[in-house]
Amino acid sequence: MTHIFGRGLVAALAIGLGCGGVFALFYGANGLVERFAPGNSKNRLLPWVYLTPALLLLAVYLVLPTLVTIYISCFDARSQAFVGLTNYLTVFTDKTMGEAFRNNLLWLVGVTGGSVSLGLLIAVLADRVRYEPVPKTLIFLPMAISFVGASVIWKFIYAFRPAGTAQIGLLNAVVTSLGFEPVGWLVERSINNLALIAIMIWLQTGFCMVLLSAAVKGIPQEIIEAARLDGASEGQIFWRITLPLIRSTILVVSTTTILLVLKVFDIVYVMTAGNQGTEVLASRMFKEMFSFRHYGRGSAIAVLLLLAVIPIMVLNIREFRRPTPLR
Amino acid sequence: MPNFLATRLTTWVSQTPIHLALVVLSTLWTLPSLGLLISSIRPPEEVLTTGWWTVFQHPFDFTQYSLENYRTVLSAEGLGQALLNSLTIAIPATVIPIAIAAFAAYALAWMEFPGRQWLFLAIVALLVVPLQMTFIPLLRAYGHLGLTGTFAGLWLAHTGYGLPLGIYLLRNYIGSLPRDLIEAAAVDGATPWQIFTRLIVPLSMPAIASFAVFQFLWVWNDLLVALVYLGGTPTVAPLTITLTNLVGSRGQDWHLLTAGAFITMTLPLLVFLALQRYFVRGLLAGSIKG
Repeated sequence: MTHIFGRGLVAALAIGLGCGGVFALFYGANGLVERFAPGNSKNRLLPWVYLTPALLLLAVYLVLPTLVTIYISCFDARSQAFVGLTNYLTVFTDKTMGEAFRNNLLWLVGVTGGSVSLGLLIAVLADRVRYEPVPKTLIFLPMAISFVGASVIWKFIYAFRPAGTAQIGLLNAVVTSLGFEPVGWLVERSINNLALIAIMIWLQTGFCMVLLSAAVKGIPQEIIEAARLDGASEGQIFWRITLPLIRSTILVVSTTTILLVLKVFDIVYVMTAGNQGTEVLASRMFKEMFSFRHYGRGSAIAVLLLLAVIPIMVLNIREFRRPTPLR
Repeated sequence: MPNFLATRLTTWVSQTPIHLALVVLSTLWTLPSLGLLISSIRPPEEVLTTGWWTVFQHPFDFTQYSLENYRTVLSAEGLGQALLNSLTIAIPATVIPIAIAAFAAYALAWMEFPGRQWLFLAIVALLVVPLQMTFIPLLRAYGHLGLTGTFAGLWLAHTGYGLPLGIYLLRNYIGSLPRDLIEAAAVDGATPWQIFTRLIVPLSMPAIASFAVFQFLWVWNDLLVALVYLGGTPTVAPLTITLTNLVGSRGQDWHLLTAGAFITMTLPLLVFLALQRYFVRGLLAGSIKG
């Protein structure tokens, strides 16, 4: 019992130190400048007192490492000999990397298509019923669950027992009760990627639904009423009015999902560790770093990720910034 | 009156497909978590031989439930220590970036200095950097500095990674506060420190809350950053790493895995349900994370 108490105390102490430290830092620096800086230099110094911690951390954790990674992607495994673009060449010709590229593409199409269309469907349907918050909360809830937690949940759904024994996985129980043979969802190469993608759709649909629902509610009711009076069917209203008017939100939601999926790692790492043909770019990079200790190739994959992210991010920010009359 | 009833009836009937679709989708989305929760409170021998849905044959037979699995994972499988570690990681890794981002956002929004707009744009541009770009150089630096496997090293990493989003969200909110209010305080002789602590921070609580929810959920649920900077040290491993290891070592012991997974989910779900309003507001204000 004292053991647990002791460990809790250590944790509380560490938390207090970490949180208190940052406030002490600002308080101290501000006090020093206020007290010792001569009159008119004070106002020129203070902004930098408030900014320096942020700038320092951004430089150390994002700017410098990015430059270094680009640099060492042109070096060998131990970053000693310059090898030019060899790492990129290897990355593009390697068989497993080819598989990773294909899978990442499948993830992009599957997750983005799946979660955006399901999110839109739920947003539009829930908008028409009085108990709207209930389905929306239930579908939004998985957003709080970690990829690791979600992986365990779904691994249990996909659990496989040989034919003839009682199935404890929900999916195989359904399959066998319909009279089919149980399926090894995570081992069969034709379906295991789709099984992983389903997890991400389950997690991401809530996000799409919330943003799309806000956009749908932003459409002025008069437009819809006018169309209805003119005899437009519900289908026509959806395709000809709702969809074009929320185009911008659909784009933002899709690009945000793409950015997330490009870097997907946890689900693959926990479920299959990238075996049985399920490798993706981020899990491959992790292997290059920690299993093969090849920093050159690992960095090359990271640079490719950055290159893939930039255009999508630019699109996202530009669309997000555009003032839309409906928001 | 009967006419009115008839209209209501027809709308209700025409609405049936909508109700049906919503019920089906909600059920599909809830079943996975429900199965996890039920399995985690069933005795091991039951979990491993029959499906969790069999409890519905006698749902009120409470002898078929027990909390034994939770006791086992928390003590024998080390999830208790991991829970403490997760708290030790996630609380400072949420508070530190909030403080640093708030001060920076205040300076960027309300203090005069050359290059202010450019600096803000440069910080927003950092949102594009995938974390993967930073791992190898930082890991090497950490090795030299002895920061690998320390809480402080992980706090700083999460702070650095969270700052672009934090500064972006907070600067936009703080910048939209009424100018008169801040100028009046300055005329009354308030120092920048007083303006920040007594005016800006209390007024910006909604934005701070939404960034806090984001950052906390992100850090608590993170596996990759913890794996990279903590390595395999079990004494500092958070829940996500410990649970991942459990999947590796006890892959078929579903009674333990389900209880473990539920432990990792409780706190984020509570935070999420309590602060959902702020989370959604943050989402609508632009959730883009690198």
